[in-house]
Amino acid sequence: MTTLLIFIVLVLVFIAIWQMTKIFELSQLKSEQAQIANDTDNKNNGYMLFAFMVFTYLITIFSFWKYTKILLPEASSAHGADYDNLMFWSFLIIFIVQFITQFLLHYFGYKYRGKEGNKALYYADNDRLEFIWTIIPVIVLAGLILWGLYAWTNIMDVNDEDDPLIVELYAQQFNWTARYGGTDNVLGGANVRMIDIDKANVLGLDEADSYSSDDVIVKELHLPVGRKVNFFFRSQDVLHSAYMPHFRAQMNCVPGMITEFSFTPITTTADIRKNPDVIDKVNRTNKIRAEKAAAGLENQEPWEYDYILLCNKICGKSHYNMQMKIIVETQEEYDAWIKTQQTFGQTMASME
Amino acid sequence: MSATGHDNGDDHGHDEGHHHHKETFVTKYIFSQDHKMIAKQYLITGVLIMGFIGIAMSLMFRMQIAWPAESFMIFEALLGDKWAPEGVMDADIYLALVTMHGTIMVFFVLTAGLSGTFSNLLIPLQIGARDMASGFLNMVSFWLFFLSCVIMVMSLFVEAGPAAAGWTIYPPLSALPMAQPGSGMGMTLWLVSMAIFIASSLLGSLNYIVTVINLRTKGMSMTRLPLTIWAFFVTAVIGVISFPVLLSAALLLIMDRSFGTSFFLSDIFIQGEVLHYQGGSPVLYEHLFWFLGHPEVYIVLLPALGITSEVMSTNARKPIFGYRAMIASILAIAFLSTIVWGHHMFISGMNPFLGSVFTFTTLLIAIPSAVKAFNYITTLWKGNLQLNPAMLFSIGLVSTFITGGLTGIILGDSTLDINVHDTYFVVAHFHLVMGISALYGLFAGVYHWFPKMFEGRLMNKNLGYVHFWITAVCAYGVFFPMHFVGMAGVPRRYYENTAFPMFDELTDVQVLMTVFALIAGAAQLVFVYNFVSSIFSKHIGPKNPWKSNTLEWTAEVKHIHGNWDGPIPEVHRWAYDYSKVDENDEYIIPGQDFVPQTVPMKDGEEQLHH
Repeated sequence: MTTLLIFIVLVLVFIAIWQMTKIFELSQLKSEQAQIANDTDNKNNGYMLFAFMVFTYLITIFSFWKYTKILLPEASSAHGADYDNLMFWSFLIIFIVQFITQFLLHYFGYKYRGKEGNKALYYADNDRLEFIWTIIPVIVLAGLILWGLYAWTNIMDVNDEDDPLIVELYAQQFNWTARYGGTDNVLGGANVRMIDIDKANVLGLDEADSYSSDDVIVKELHLPVGRKVNFFFRSQDVLHSAYMPHFRAQMNCVPGMITEFSFTPITTTADIRKNPDVIDKVNRTNKIRAEKAAAGLENQEPWEYDYILLCNKICGKSHYNMQMKIIVETQEEYDAWIKTQQTFGQTMASME
Repeated sequence: MSATGHDNGDDHGHDEGHHHHKETFVTKYIFSQDHKMIAKQYLITGVLIMGFIGIAMSLMFRMQIAWPAESFMIFEALLGDKWAPEGVMDADIYLALVTMHGTIMVFFVLTAGLSGTFSNLLIPLQIGARDMASGFLNMVSFWLFFLSCVIMVMSLFVEAGPAAAGWTIYPPLSALPMAQPGSGMGMTLWLVSMAIFIASSLLGSLNYIVTVINLRTKGMSMTRLPLTIWAFFVTAVIGVISFPVLLSAALLLIMDRSFGTSFFLSDIFIQGEVLHYQGGSPVLYEHLFWFLGHPEVYIVLLPALGITSEVMSTNARKPIFGYRAMIASILAIAFLSTIVWGHHMFISGMNPFLGSVFTFTTLLIAIPSAVKAFNYITTLWKGNLQLNPAMLFSIGLVSTFITGGLTGIILGDSTLDINVHDTYFVVAHFHLVMGISALYGLFAGVYHWFPKMFEGRLMNKNLGYVHFWITAVCAYGVFFPMHFVGMAGVPRRYYENTAFPMFDELTDVQVLMTVFALIAGAAQLVFVYNFVSSIFSKHIGPKNPWKSNTLEWTAEVKHIHGNWDGPIPEVHRWAYDYSKVDENDEYIIPGQDFVPQTVPMKDGEEQLHH
């Protein structure tokens, strides 16, 4: 049905263009100057430029009115508030500059549209103007650079202060695995050369390393709220990127390298589900899903809001479906959960 | 500086009259060494043919994103049963389409198509030279480009499909045939094609540089060059600096793929076995790639900005505002463009301190860019704007350049990049700032210099207006909402977004963008029709239709080898004496609001630049 509709639209567009061409050709004077803009063209296109300026403003307003609600909810990590703040101020500057420059550009296009006999102003240079619009960006950008670099240095500083939880995120085509340091909170040594599929040692842990036996390997990431987490990333095959948009966190997973990122989750999954924006989003989404289910589409059961880890670096065929659920919970809930998980040592023992 | 203007009139004096030797069809249309013919060859191969393929691919994958898993007859017809069983696009071919769209648009259309066409056409004509420094190398450059096009198009038909690792072809994905089907023969052909492309690009660039430095006519000092030539010249310099680095990356990748070396690979376990690679780093590849990849953005953009400067000044009937500041910005952008590549790699795993340095250099590049934008706006102020299609595209370029450039402030900031990196926000940003802007520059150039390419014929202005206004509205219609999709956290290069319920409500936005994209695609057919029908038009326009100052409009309307029938013109002033008046407020040449570069300075006339 959609195909047909698109096809019809395309055909109509073609017919419209074809007819327009014919009209234009008929209306044209066959003089030497025929294809050069005359006063009428300047007038029409001058008005069009003005209308286009209004269009750019309208599409901006429309997008904000319609799409603000689809944006990510407030950050659920400690550094996320800084991030959102810097983003807000950057956007504010962008919109002020955008508003002014687009206005000047299109308004001048409209105001100074050409007319036979008008004389343009011979105005080739003005050092003071040049200086002004060099120095203003310099000052504004200096502010943004300093603020950005300050935030960057803080965010990217992965250290052992405040007793961080140590977690490894392990990427492969096309799924994620998480590994906890266990009771000693230290990750055992690992390398792809020690992967033993038959023994279910899929992450290539060093069985001889005393640190690895208490490691916990899981397919769902649980994090205690309020505790700093130091993430270490590995990939066994191609580049992946661990993207946790709700926490304003992302880091590539690079074969042959261990990369790091650190953040403190501050909102539990249960709490974020009570956020009014999130409740609205879930309602809107479930309405769409119900409609799809009614239309006979599969996998459209109602959705509960969850934090999610996505792959954000092209990694092959199922790149679009490489995900892992993240659950942020209270320390007690986390402790109870981790107790129920098998350690690497137990798994190995059960394989013997 | 004026001493650098060479006395080419004398150098080439002996050439005159030799230009009418007999030409065969082959030497005139195929293996031509004439810069005007080579320019047209680049335009038709690079822009019309490769551009058609590249844009058609984008429309197909846009349809897949908007209507995931929907069956389309057109998919079945074009992709066949294997890649679109029952008309539903396969996930592997989706990635291949995305990859080839990027490759073709960035390299073949906007690098070779844009620079190849206008550097070849305009450098000799605007500096007053009879041809390029080496017509033969110029011909070789085009035919290498043609060969690389043929190989790239061939790769679309190999059994396992074309390259599919993204246009940046990051290893290990691109290095391991078992990682995805596209990394087999398709990737090999991609690399071979690009290696040839780089050779072509280097020959072309060296030729442009030598021509601009050595073959300027008498009086044409560097500070009298039109800004188009400055832009092409600096573009060629950046190309010579950065393209060889891509060649080394491609060669090392070929070695990793075919000869078992480990430059970019280490510790890989795939499909049940450990590979022997040890000690290489994909991050090294990223550094090498982006050392070209970022300057590449400016290789694409600077010629478009150069064209805009010239078209805008001519049609505003005013000198370009801040000529020297414009040159300074081009040079500053060129210099900075080679030291900002790391902003593509903030979260690649490289040392965060390095990220700080690249944030600093990246945000610096906003300063010369801002200066350029303000200078364009001031050029319009109090002008007598002749709103020809070329002028509208130039104004459109400034608009998208600002809109797209401003979001660069967010992406160039390492902190803010964390959460929008590799999302649709990036896609929206670079399509506006380099894709759409460069295309607008390209269109402005085609409309403006069509008479120089096709012996005095002009393109239909009304079709030009239809083309511009539909494209302008649709370009914003596609890419403005796309920023929001990115900020909602949708990663790029996802075959469909249905695996994440959190993206369900974004499908509407995707549909909106795709509809705009389809209309924009259809509007380009208006351009193609206009282009082709105008070639065969019988109406010859005036010799200098836009009343322009530059030298190309003094050359013969009919194409001859050597461009000027008589001696090469001598230059006496800069290219921007539009609406210049004397102390009595009268035009320098009574009744004419422009003073061509060939007109000597009048007694007592004030000279701003020399």
